[in-house]
Amino acid sequence: MAVAAPSATITVALVGNPNTGKTTLFNALAGMRQRVGNYPGVTVETKKGSMTHEGQTFHLIDLPGTYSLAPRSPDEMVAVDLILGHQEGEERPDVVLSIVDASNLERNLYLTTQVLEMGVPVVIALNMIDIAQAHGIHIDARELGHRLGAKVVPIQANKSRGFDELKQAVAEACNAAKRPGAANGKSPPFPDSFEKEVRALQTEIGNGVEPFLVRRLLLDVGGYTEERVVEKHGAAIKAQVQAARQRLDAAGSGVPAVEARSRYNWIREATKGTLNRPAVRPVTWTDKIDKVLTHKVWGSLIFLVMMFLVFQSIFTWAKPLMDLLTSGVQSAGNWVGDLPFLETGPLKSLIVDGLFKGVGSVVVFLPQILILFAFIAILEDCGYMARAAFLMDKLMARAGLSGKSFIPMLSSLACAIPGIMATRVIENSRDRLTTILVAPLMSCSARLPVYILLIGTFMTVGYGWWVPGLTMFAMYMVGIIMAPLVALVLKRTLLRGETPVFVMEMPLYKFPSIRLVLRRMFDAGWAFLYRAGTMIFASMIVVWALLYFPYANDHGESYPELIAALQEKIKEPKEEIETLEREITAKTKEMKLWQERIERGERVTSGQSVLPFIRKQEIETLKAQIETIKEKVDPVEDEINQLTGKWKSQSILGQLGHFIEPAVRPLGWDWRIGTAALASFPAREVVVGTLGIIYDVGEADPREIREAEDVAGTPLGRALQSAEWDNQPGRKVFTIPTVLSLLVFFALCAQCASTLAIIKRETRSWRWPIFTFVYMTALAYIGALIVYQIGSRLS
Amino acid sequence: MASLDQLTVGQRASIEAIAGNPAVVQRLMEMGVFEGEPVEVVNFAPLGDPMEIRLRDYCLSLRKQEAACIRVKLAK
Repeated sequence: MAVAAPSATITVALVGNPNTGKTTLFNALAGMRQRVGNYPGVTVETKKGSMTHEGQTFHLIDLPGTYSLAPRSPDEMVAVDLILGHQEGEERPDVVLSIVDASNLERNLYLTTQVLEMGVPVVIALNMIDIAQAHGIHIDARELGHRLGAKVVPIQANKSRGFDELKQAVAEACNAAKRPGAANGKSPPFPDSFEKEVRALQTEIGNGVEPFLVRRLLLDVGGYTEERVVEKHGAAIKAQVQAARQRLDAAGSGVPAVEARSRYNWIREATKGTLNRPAVRPVTWTDKIDKVLTHKVWGSLIFLVMMFLVFQSIFTWAKPLMDLLTSGVQSAGNWVGDLPFLETGPLKSLIVDGLFKGVGSVVVFLPQILILFAFIAILEDCGYMARAAFLMDKLMARAGLSGKSFIPMLSSLACAIPGIMATRVIENSRDRLTTILVAPLMSCSARLPVYILLIGTFMTVGYGWWVPGLTMFAMYMVGIIMAPLVALVLKRTLLRGETPVFVMEMPLYKFPSIRLVLRRMFDAGWAFLYRAGTMIFASMIVVWALLYFPYANDHGESYPELIAALQEKIKEPKEEIETLEREITAKTKEMKLWQERIERGERVTSGQSVLPFIRKQEIETLKAQIETIKEKVDPVEDEINQLTGKWKSQSILGQLGHFIEPAVRPLGWDWRIGTAALASFPAREVVVGTLGIIYDVGEADPREIREAEDVAGTPLGRALQSAEWDNQPGRKVFTIPTVLSLLVFFALCAQCASTLAIIKRETRSWRWPIFTFVYMTALAYIGALIVYQIGSRLS
Repeated sequence: MASLDQLTVGQRASIEAIAGNPAVVQRLMEMGVFEGEPVEVVNFAPLGDPMEIRLRDYCLSLRKQEAACIRVKLAK
C-alpha cells in the first residue's frame, strides 16, 4: 500500500488510562530499543523508544497513565506540555496514540476526547478486544472511528495482534495531517455559554496561552493551569476566571460538570449502535475472586500471608545470594590485594578496602531489590495491588500515609532501599514523599548486628530469659511507632496540603506478564546500580580515607607498613594453625564415626576398636601444638590490634570522634563510641567493625556477631564489657543506660548513605535526603539523650 | 435522597448529582462517576472504609468521605 512521501521520523506519544495495557504495547513496539530519562524539574520519568515499519522510523514517547489531561501538578503538566509542543527539549509529537480498553470503552474515551482538542492527529488503539469479546461486548471500530474523527484500530497488545494495522494508521494520520487542506479533527461540542467565556478569556490573555490551556483554566478549579497562568500574567486573571465561572454557573453550565456532561454526551452519541453490550452484565472471574480477596476475614488473612511472603523473601531468602555476592567481591578484592606488584600503602588499601568494599556494599542490595520488585510487579500487574491498598487504606490514612504505603513500609523492615524505591506505586506525590521520609525509621536488618552485639553482651547474663527478646522487640517498636507519628507531623507542617483524592480503579484480574515482571526487575536493579550505587560507592571511599589518613605514627613510621610486617611474620604460623585445625576436624569426624559404630554394637577388629582412643590422643597432641604456636602468634596479633587501634584513633575520623566527645558525653558515650558512630555513616553494620578496631580487638565481622551463640564471650563482647572511661579509670563505659541510649540512637538514626542516596534519586533533589538525615539524627540524639539521662538517674 | 456512603452492600442506585470539594468532584467525573450513571455497592473494607462500587463497566474504590459527595436515587 503506497504511502505519501514519508517524513524523516514520526514522533508518537502514547496516552491512556492506567491498566489499559499501554506499557505492554510500548514494550512490544519498542522492544529493547528504549531508554528512561527524566524531564527537568519534575519526578516524572520519560520513557522513549523507537521502532520501524516498512522503512519508516517512529520515535515513541510513553506518557504516564492518566484518567484525564486536567493537570493538578507540575508532574501532570508534563503530558499536556509535551503534546502541545511546549515541553523543554522535546519535539511536538506528530501523532498521539490514544490507548483505550475495549471492555471499558466509554470512560476511556473521556481522555481521548481531551486529546482530540489539542490540535494533533489522533489514532485510537482499541486494546484488550479479547477481554471485551469474552464479556460479550461488540464494537464497530470503523463506524466508531468515523464518528470520533479518528481511526480506531482493534489490537491485542499482549499477543501483538493488530500491530501492522496500527503502525499503518499512525503513519497515515501523520501524513494526512501534513497534506494541504487537511480537515480539523472532531471534538465534543461544549455549550455556547462556555465557548463565549473561553473566547472572552482568550482575548484578555492574548496569544501567550494556548486555546486548550484557556479551556483548562476555566474548567479546573484550583488546578495547575491556574498557577501557571497567574505566574505569567499576574493575579488579576484569577478574578476574571472566577467571574466567568460564576456566569457559567448561572447559565447552567457550571464547571466542572459542564466538561463531563459535554464529553459523555458526545461519547454516548458515538457509541450508540457501535458499542453493543449484553443486557445483563455477566459475572466475571474478577467478581468471583474478589469475593474472597476483599472479604473482611478471608481477604485480610490472605493479605497478611501475602505480606509475610514478601517480607520473608527479602529478609531471609535474599540472604544466601547476598552472602554470595559479598564473599565473591571480597575474594576478588583479596586476590587483587595479593598481587605482587601492589605495595602496602594507600593505593593498595584504597583498592582493597575502599574500592572493593565499596562495590560490595552496593552490589549486596541487588538481590533484595530484584526480589521485591519482582513481587511488586506481579502483584501490580495481576491487579492485586489495588485490593491491598483497599484493605489497608484506613489504617494507613490514620498514620498519615496512603493505602499503597504498606508494601514499602513493610519492605523497609528488611531494608529501606528497596522499600523506598517501591514507593513508586504511590501515585499521589505528597503521600509518596511522606512514605519515603519515614520509611528509614523502620528498623532494618542492618541494625540487627548492633542490637545483637549490645543486647547479647550486656543484657543476657544475669537477666531474665525474656529480657533480650523484649529489648529487641522494643527497639523495633521504637521505629514502628515513630514512623506514623513523624508522618502525621509532616502532613501537618512541611507537607501540608489538601487530602489527596483516593478514588481508585479496581482493575480486572489478569495473569501477570513474565516479560513485564522481568523488565521491571531489570529497570529497578539498573536504576539502583547506576544512580544510587555511585553515591554509596563514593561515601564508602570517603569514610575509608577518613579512617586511613594520617597513617604515620610519632616516629614517622607508617602504621599500615608496620602492621603488614607483623602480619607477614605470623602468616606462616597462622597457616600452620589452619592446617592443624583441619586435621583436627578430620580426625574428630573419624573418631566420632568409630565411636558410633562401636556403640551400635557393630563387629570391629581389635585394631579398629582402639581407633577412637588413638584419634583422641592425636587430637590432643595437635591441640597442644596449636597452643604452642598460638603462644607465639597471639602477642603479635595483640600488637597488631593495638597498632590498628592507635592508628584509627589518630585518623581524621578518630580525631573527629575526640572532637565531638563533649557532645556525646550527655548520651553516656565516650569518644570511641562517637568515632564508631561517625564511621558508621555509610552503613550501620560498620559500627560493629569499627568498635572492634577502636577497642583493639581487630575488625569484628558483623555476620559473626549476628550468628554467634555467646556474644558476650566474643573478643569484642569481652572488650566492651571491660571498657573504661579514659580519664576515669574504674568507671565502666557500657552501663545499662549507655547501652540503651546507644540502642535507641541506632534505632532512630539515618546512618545509611545508601538510603540517603536512594532518597535523592527518587525525589530528584538534595533537599530531602539532607532533611531526612537531619531530622533522624536529631530524633536519634534526643532519644538517646532522654534514655541515658533518665536511665542513669533511675539506676 | 441519600448519598452514596449511606448505602449498604448490594444496593443499586443511579447518580443524581455530584457536589463538594471541586478537586474530588472533578476526579470523580474523570473516572466516570456522572449524573445518570447506575451504581452498585459491592463491598466495604474490613475497617469500614473505603468502599467499593461498581459502575457500568468497572469498579472503583473510594473513601466514604468522597462518596458523600455523590447524591443517589435508590433503584427500585
